[in-house]
Amino acid sequence: MVIAEVKPLAEILELIKQYKRVLNTGCGGCTAVCLAGGQKEVDTLNTKLELSCREQKIPLEISGFTVERQCDMQFNAELDHLVASYDALLSMACGAGVQFLAERYPDKPVLPAVNTTFVGVNKDIGWYEERCQSCGDCVLGITGGICPVTMCAKSLFNGPCGGPQDGHCEVDTDTPCAWINIYERLKAQGRLDNILKVFPAREWQNQTQGKLLLEDYKHRYVKETK
Amino acid sequence: MMKAGSNLEKVLKAGHFAVTGELGPPRGADVAVIREKAHYLKGMVDAVNITDNQTAVVRMASWAASLILIQEGLEPNYQMVCRDRNRLAMQSDVLGAYALGIRNMLCLSGDHQKFGDHPKSRKVFDIDSMQLISMVKKMRDESKFQSGEAITVAPQMFIGAAENPFGEPYEFRVLRLAKKIEAGADFIQTQCIYNMDRFRTWIRQSVDRGLTEKVYILAGITPFKSVGMARYMQKNVPGLDVPDALIKRLEGVDKKDQAKEGIALCCEQIEELREMQGVAGVHIMAIEWEKRVPEIVEKAGLLPRPVV
Repeated sequence: MVIAEVKPLAEILELIKQYKRVLNTGCGGCTAVCLAGGQKEVDTLNTKLELSCREQKIPLEISGFTVERQCDMQFNAELDHLVASYDALLSMACGAGVQFLAERYPDKPVLPAVNTTFVGVNKDIGWYEERCQSCGDCVLGITGGICPVTMCAKSLFNGPCGGPQDGHCEVDTDTPCAWINIYERLKAQGRLDNILKVFPAREWQNQTQGKLLLEDYKHRYVKETK
Repeated sequence: MMKAGSNLEKVLKAGHFAVTGELGPPRGADVAVIREKAHYLKGMVDAVNITDNQTAVVRMASWAASLILIQEGLEPNYQMVCRDRNRLAMQSDVLGAYALGIRNMLCLSGDHQKFGDHPKSRKVFDIDSMQLISMVKKMRDESKFQSGEAITVAPQMFIGAAENPFGEPYEFRVLRLAKKIEAGADFIQTQCIYNMDRFRTWIRQSVDRGLTEKVYILAGITPFKSVGMARYMQKNVPGLDVPDALIKRLEGVDKKDQAKEGIALCCEQIEELREMQGVAGVHIMAIEWEKRVPEIVEKAGLLPRPVV
């Protein structure tokens, strides 16, 4: 899932202080799961903002509404009847959700309340780790299920570099060296051949906006030219 | 057949025990300091590595410092790291370097920017060192850019790479060396060697696999200036292996004699390395200590340097 964390309160305040009526929109998807932007977090943030504004004598009326997923227009439509009466929207969804909301309400300032950090996993409650950089050309089948793009600080494809110490990355000694792990796992699986050939330079897939249209649905969106 | 016809290539090809040095460009546009360092190395080594923003700290461009070295009558080994440039910039720099007389290159990944003076800069690492070697080889041998498009006049570089015999996992290091050779490395300069036993194991494995028939291996040496430096390198430099015995040896002499002892140690290592099968030369990295290189090569019996 997409992992996010709530921005510092002062930064959010700076973004919204010029608007009197603000609707804080939560997202029931990824940011709810990683405890950054679900209904509970919307309520907490609104309370903090109200207190802060009262102290600083900033007039603010803030309310909250959480949709199922802000990356899906049919859920965002639930906000239609509310939006008109607000000066600005605050969004606690990931960067994708914020933009989708802004796209639906082009007249309204839509402001992010969270920083989107990475695509990651839930290691435990409140503990998330990055696992994927959405590079668009997955090599996990070759590298033993360990991503060199994400897990290696240099994103090397022919690692390890000269730096690992006691099995750990020189850049962050708490992090295991991805390439040692790749090597060990492939060796154990008898698949070391996978990394004995020079892995050629990549054709990076994520250097322009990613777009995906499933073949089976193409007919809906692309008119055939005959 | 010569690949680039550089002095370093000729020396190695003729079977001489090669000696390369290293010169770190200044943290400013200071030409005089490069000329001064070059002066110490002239006639002492066959080629001089010019580092590329080493330790991720901004310094004068390695190609520029390489040109100043050529003006001084020395041969540069132009280092290029993958951290700061994408493949477009790298290829254009290779063309420019060749056009202006540079004939040797050392292809490296580069230290992570976290360690340098701009730790939050964006890493490039568009390609890695292995892919850089392949790219420069393709430019030289196929007259093609990495994209496959034709080059009008191909840069004929003698291609170097680094390998760390002390990096983990040890047993993979020789396999990785084989990859670098497959990618196109003509010569290898190793990480600084202090643990001679482990180096011996690595070079023996390389010989056994026939790798030293395919590539010239130059053993990396960095003389200790003091016991403080030795301790620092043992504790703080990732991928280095400094045995306690060496620290003890330096501790055993007066502070004022430690530099001398460091040089003596370095000369002993060179003597030992010269006798090892598979070692084609030494790469002396006297970090900010270029002025002591003449003394080292003289004491180690590496003079005069061959004229080929």
